[in-house]
Amino acid sequence: MTEPAGTDVFAVGDEPIQLLDPSGRRVDHPDFSYSGTDADIASHLRDMVLARRIDTEATALQRKGELGLWPPALGQEAAQIGSGRTLRDPDLIVPSYREHGVAWCAGIDPVDLLGTFRGTAMVDWPSRPDGFHLYSFVIGTQALHAVGMAMALQRDGQVGNDDPAANGAAIVYFGDGATSQGDVNEAFVFAASYAAPVVFFCQNNQYAISEPASLQSRVPLYRRAAGFGFPGLRVDGNDVLAVHAVTQLAMDRARRGEGPVLVEAYTYRMGAHTTSDDPTKYRLAAEQDAWKAKDPIERVKTYLLSTGAIDQAWLDALAAESEALAERLRAGCLALPEPALGEQWQHVYAGMPPALARQREEYLAYEASFEGASE
Amino acid sequence: MHEFKLPDPGEGLLEADIVSWKVSVGDTVAVNDTLLEIETAKSLVELPSPYAGVVAEILVAEGTTVEVGAPIIRIRGLDEAVDADAPRDASLAPHEAPQGASSASAAPASPSAGAPVTTTPVVPANAGISGSGSNLVGYGTKAGAVTRRARRTDAPAAAAAAVPAAPVAPAPVPAAPAATPPASAAPASAGRPLAKPPVRRVARDLGVDLSTVAPTGPGGTITADDVVAAASNTGEQRIPLRGVRKEMFRAMTASLAVPQATAFVEVDVTATVQLIETLKRRRDFTGLRISPLAVFAKAACLAIERVPELNSSYDAERNEIVLHEDVNLGIAAATPRGLLVPNIKRANEMNLLQLTQAINELVPQARSGKVPPEAMSGGTFSITNVGVFGVDGGTPIPNNGEAAIMCLGTILRKPWVVGEGENERIEPRSVCTVTVTFDHRLVDGEMGSKFLADVSTIMSDPALALLF
Repeated sequence: MTEPAGTDVFAVGDEPIQLLDPSGRRVDHPDFSYSGTDADIASHLRDMVLARRIDTEATALQRKGELGLWPPALGQEAAQIGSGRTLRDPDLIVPSYREHGVAWCAGIDPVDLLGTFRGTAMVDWPSRPDGFHLYSFVIGTQALHAVGMAMALQRDGQVGNDDPAANGAAIVYFGDGATSQGDVNEAFVFAASYAAPVVFFCQNNQYAISEPASLQSRVPLYRRAAGFGFPGLRVDGNDVLAVHAVTQLAMDRARRGEGPVLVEAYTYRMGAHTTSDDPTKYRLAAEQDAWKAKDPIERVKTYLLSTGAIDQAWLDALAAESEALAERLRAGCLALPEPALGEQWQHVYAGMPPALARQREEYLAYEASFEGASE
Repeated sequence: MHEFKLPDPGEGLLEADIVSWKVSVGDTVAVNDTLLEIETAKSLVELPSPYAGVVAEILVAEGTTVEVGAPIIRIRGLDEAVDADAPRDASLAPHEAPQGASSASAAPASPSAGAPVTTTPVVPANAGISGSGSNLVGYGTKAGAVTRRARRTDAPAAAAAAVPAAPVAPAPVPAAPAATPPASAAPASAGRPLAKPPVRRVARDLGVDLSTVAPTGPGGTITADDVVAAASNTGEQRIPLRGVRKEMFRAMTASLAVPQATAFVEVDVTATVQLIETLKRRRDFTGLRISPLAVFAKAACLAIERVPELNSSYDAERNEIVLHEDVNLGIAAATPRGLLVPNIKRANEMNLLQLTQAINELVPQARSGKVPPEAMSGGTFSITNVGVFGVDGGTPIPNNGEAAIMCLGTILRKPWVVGEGENERIEPRSVCTVTVTFDHRLVDGEMGSKFLADVSTIMSDPALALLF
């Protein structure tokens, strides 16, 4: 593997890479810098605010009984928007189940995110054309899928071309808990062996449900990559600029055909693991307060207000846009179509085998045997 | 009129306790405003409003356990006419009743006739099925959505489903103005009482005739609790020992093993009361509730430095007395769920401002049942302020293995002798009784009295705290 000439950007250490500190000040880093303008940063701010609004509305919908479950992403907006905004065709995005902000960047209609959680759909959005694959609920399995997709990009000649725009890479999202799973470690092995164009994007939100990350790993998670033979970086996951810069570097490197990178976005889940969880039972209020002071959105707001790139009127307009989005989400959720029984058989095989087709016919006939059945 | 049914706030929960309502009848609510707080087997959860409007009816009282899917509140939409109210009219029974149009339209014309004739047909014929309400996962069944009829070949099931259900709303009974307990319709007189198989099993085991049981469940179904209540219905009220009450029961019983003695003193706390008034005007106390309790807490910490035995405990395993280095100061709080004594860690290292902040943080947490777990263990000494109940004092019982507890009475203006010799006179002063109960195995009468005297010195002249 060849590293960029000059200093080794992968030797920056345990201190998370930061370009915008919690008080809203830009920070210089010897190896990383954010390339965009204040207008770009304002668009990240908008993304983060809207992603948070989607998330809080979905949480409320669950509390009203409209969703069976929701995994809140509160606090992880910078990690998701910062990385999500470095992605473009033909990159492939392989999420876990909390990547609502990445989905937003990929252009997924937030209403579509709700189908599975409402129990009205098993396949929620056109994952292949959008390049944003389905949520994975089994912990860590998607890392293997992503490495397979990355190897396919390699074989399709979409890696390492002279024209950078023709190159793509896969990015897979998972949490700190998933790094303890066999699947993720197997994915590391394969990715390293084949120098697969994949970025392992680990949002270390500090808890695998209730298990602290510090109990699962004796070393900082990003350092695990070294044992598999590829580089790892630790970035302040609440700093959208740093996440953007680090992911950009990792994705470009993978697209050039230089192999995988593990990015550990050091962040904090401010809400519950899911709406079925009560985090006050395993973590202290003081810890939550300390992380609240590092909020990913506040620091960007402070910075942009200080440079004059945005003003209160801009924020007010954004708040109005958020409310409209929330309202659309509420209405959209209630209007999600009831699934038809016959659909359940369609997503298993590309071509339905006769036994399955027969089973489907039998179920539909049973359904139709009820008086007044319309389907 | 919108009706909000208890959702499943976790995965697969069947019921929840109504902890507190955050709205009252007549309140205007917006979408996502918090309506109430519920407690499930998993957690305390606030439920937001799905509707904007005016609260028309609260259907379930605080403290009751409700099955998922049961209606808990009715909210009148902002565009609905107020005179369309008359919510307890029988015609309103199940608001989603799909084909009840003909009978419903007849009802308003004769409002006095809340008679069974109008109520029964409004209930969907399949209420026994759709009204089961609670799903194992998710968000309950939609009573109105189940329009499908029985299978063509399934005659017995169809017959069973056709049994008229008991009306959901308490038909013509004039409603009490306050929040009424869940609709307790009279037992369905005709046909088979509605109950799920597990409930029938409970009834059989307890020897209860289901036709005598008043249903409280959704769709007029009988719940297991109804059966148990009927089985033990002897007129008295029975309160299950659980949670905080159970813990109090246990701790108080355990305290019987401790020989306790009590000492008390009446103190002129006028200077402390003045000090509080001075502090209230300081900028650093802005927004904080400050009361003499904070000064008492500080005084106790200072007095403990001179008599550390008050801040000790007994290690039975090693047969040793442990003098604790820090004072983890328990504050007894009367909460809606019972007595809680959360403690402030290392209160001895805090100044008066920090103590005030800590108390301000802890007490609302205790009241709302959100005390962090670490604040509920490791206490070393406690204070209880019975003065808030308007009593002069009491003999408190030390908390959970602690050596002592200090009790503050109400502060009253009383005639008090001041001055000496010729100058001696009676003045109105602020006076209160301070009591300390201690474990006499760890603390003797002299220690207890010295502690009390020190506390009283500081309370009567807070400046003397400088000497400590």
